[in-house]
Amino acid sequence: MSKNKDEIIRETFDHLVDLAEFALEEGEARYLLRELNSQLSAIHQLEAIPLDEDLPPASHGVPYPQDRKQPLREDLWDACKDASSILGQAPQTEGGYIVVPDIPHTDLD
Amino acid sequence: MLRDRNVSAVEVLESCLKRIHQVDGRPGALDAGEVSKEDEQRVHAFITLTAESARESAEKVDRMLTAGDDPGLLAGIPFTVKDIFCVAGTPSTAGSRILANFRAPYTATPVERMCAAGAVMLGKVNLDEFTFGSSSESSAFQPSPRNPWNPARVPGGSSGGSTASVAAGEAFLSLGTDTAGSIRQPAAFCGVVGLKPTYGRVSRYGLIAFGSSLDCPGPLARSAADAALMMNAIAGVDNRDATTASVPVPDYLVELEKDIHGMRIGLSPDYFRITFPDAQSGNYREQAVPDAMRDAVLEAAEVFRALGADIIEDVPMPNTRYGIPAYFVISRVEAASNLHRFDGVKYGHRTAKEVHELKELYRCSRGEGFGLQPKLRILMGMNVSAAQYSEQYYQRALRVRTLIRRDFEAAFDPQGKYRLDALLTPTTPTPAFPIQDVYGDSVLMQYADQLTVPANHAGTPGISFPGSLDAEDLPIGLQLLGADFTEDLLLRLAHAYEQATADAPWRKKKLRILDLEKL
Repeated sequence: MSKNKDEIIRETFDHLVDLAEFALEEGEARYLLRELNSQLSAIHQLEAIPLDEDLPPASHGVPYPQDRKQPLREDLWDACKDASSILGQAPQTEGGYIVVPDIPHTDLD
Repeated sequence: MLRDRNVSAVEVLESCLKRIHQVDGRPGALDAGEVSKEDEQRVHAFITLTAESARESAEKVDRMLTAGDDPGLLAGIPFTVKDIFCVAGTPSTAGSRILANFRAPYTATPVERMCAAGAVMLGKVNLDEFTFGSSSESSAFQPSPRNPWNPARVPGGSSGGSTASVAAGEAFLSLGTDTAGSIRQPAAFCGVVGLKPTYGRVSRYGLIAFGSSLDCPGPLARSAADAALMMNAIAGVDNRDATTASVPVPDYLVELEKDIHGMRIGLSPDYFRITFPDAQSGNYREQAVPDAMRDAVLEAAEVFRALGADIIEDVPMPNTRYGIPAYFVISRVEAASNLHRFDGVKYGHRTAKEVHELKELYRCSRGEGFGLQPKLRILMGMNVSAAQYSEQYYQRALRVRTLIRRDFEAAFDPQGKYRLDALLTPTTPTPAFPIQDVYGDSVLMQYADQLTVPANHAGTPGISFPGSLDAEDLPIGLQLLGADFTEDLLLRLAHAYEQATADAPWRKKKLRILDLEKL
């Protein structure tokens, strides 16, 4: 495998997993870590490309000049006709509210 | 035939349902157990068959025809929908356990437009989980789709259920999506026509999002004419998707029949070679595409030349090779952002484990609900967009995207050196690969999209259409790439190729899956 200076070590991986809110089994974690580093070595090809200082980023490919853009819609209230069809999707509800377990108090850093 | 009343919409539907019954086998399901010998001989395109509502739609078309009313442009045409589109009242799963029990409360615009035009939805078809793959094997709903030309091969992906259903004769049309090649690559593998429209040409409203700056819904069809017909129904501005562009939509069927004389078709050396990770060493090496793929493109160029097109050789597209590395960054960041919403709270899978606090609920629900590929994409997206890496990876990838876009602008510039109408390339580096050959190696799998992904970065349209069959009777797909909003030109060229090669011996060959009829 080509040298990878920003290889994701297990500690970083565990932090990412924590941020992503995944409970993982060990076999899964090993596969994911290996594939992440394998993908990173592909991503490193980008570093070999000479980029001019003033080359702008493209957040999407097709330009949207004014005449192609849609005008903003009027901000109209369109009530859901059957709220129960939405709430009915929630795994647990009570009296029109979605129920979740406790949200423990945490101090922000 | 339908309008002449030679056949009824219900009869057309019943013939499709019969074919599905003959060749599709068991539908994709969670925890489906081992794949049996019988499974290995079936297509498995479907997750959800909606036969009852299809009958109602077909009966409505017949009633309208009897009453002398216009039932619409696509009247009575059975179609399938990749299960990444929301359709009210149907399970809309994205091929994932996390959405397995989700029933969409509304319908995606392209589906709504097809139904409004009288088309008959047969059901929802399988795909890679959240569209993350190029073989359709990563679906949580197994057995995954198989290639009707050879059921030991993948149908491609992620719109593999779509292309398999059209190739196997189960449906006339299918609605797919293309984020890196997910319409064109499986179209090539299954020998059907697949069009990735310009970004903004077809509404994404109701599409379960993956890469919001890259996703494009589009048609899968048996011919360019059928794809043109479908585009007439689905293209155009939608005020529920602000990225749809206010650009006039031509009548694609009218444009289809125009002459291709004098059209300028380019060939680029950068689409005749691929950069591949070596399975043993992991190092990247550049190699020429296999001779069969190159020859198919060059032979097609001769067909176009004979039809009066000008063939322009040596068009430089130097940034093609960076399409996959840039995609690894951009698509992962967008995927991570889009997939944070699935949390086991509002809808979808919630863990059955007893949990005591909200974070534990998230962790268990997402851990159980997402398969490996979504987890991989979310983790990579978070890694490359982290503050310390954003400049190095994400910002850099977006600037490389500018370079890729400029390749296209230079090639298609009407005042430029090349002034192309289209660029002719192989759609894929290889024909359909065997099932399980690549799955699991997420890097190698991504490289199956190397020749298709640049158009997603650029936002430009591309079509894959059958070029011929290889020595093993597997389809070889040809790709035409165009400038913004030139779907009409791409369809016209593909149509001209179909007409010119209508009598080619390879077009007479039958699908291996149809041998089932003899059983």
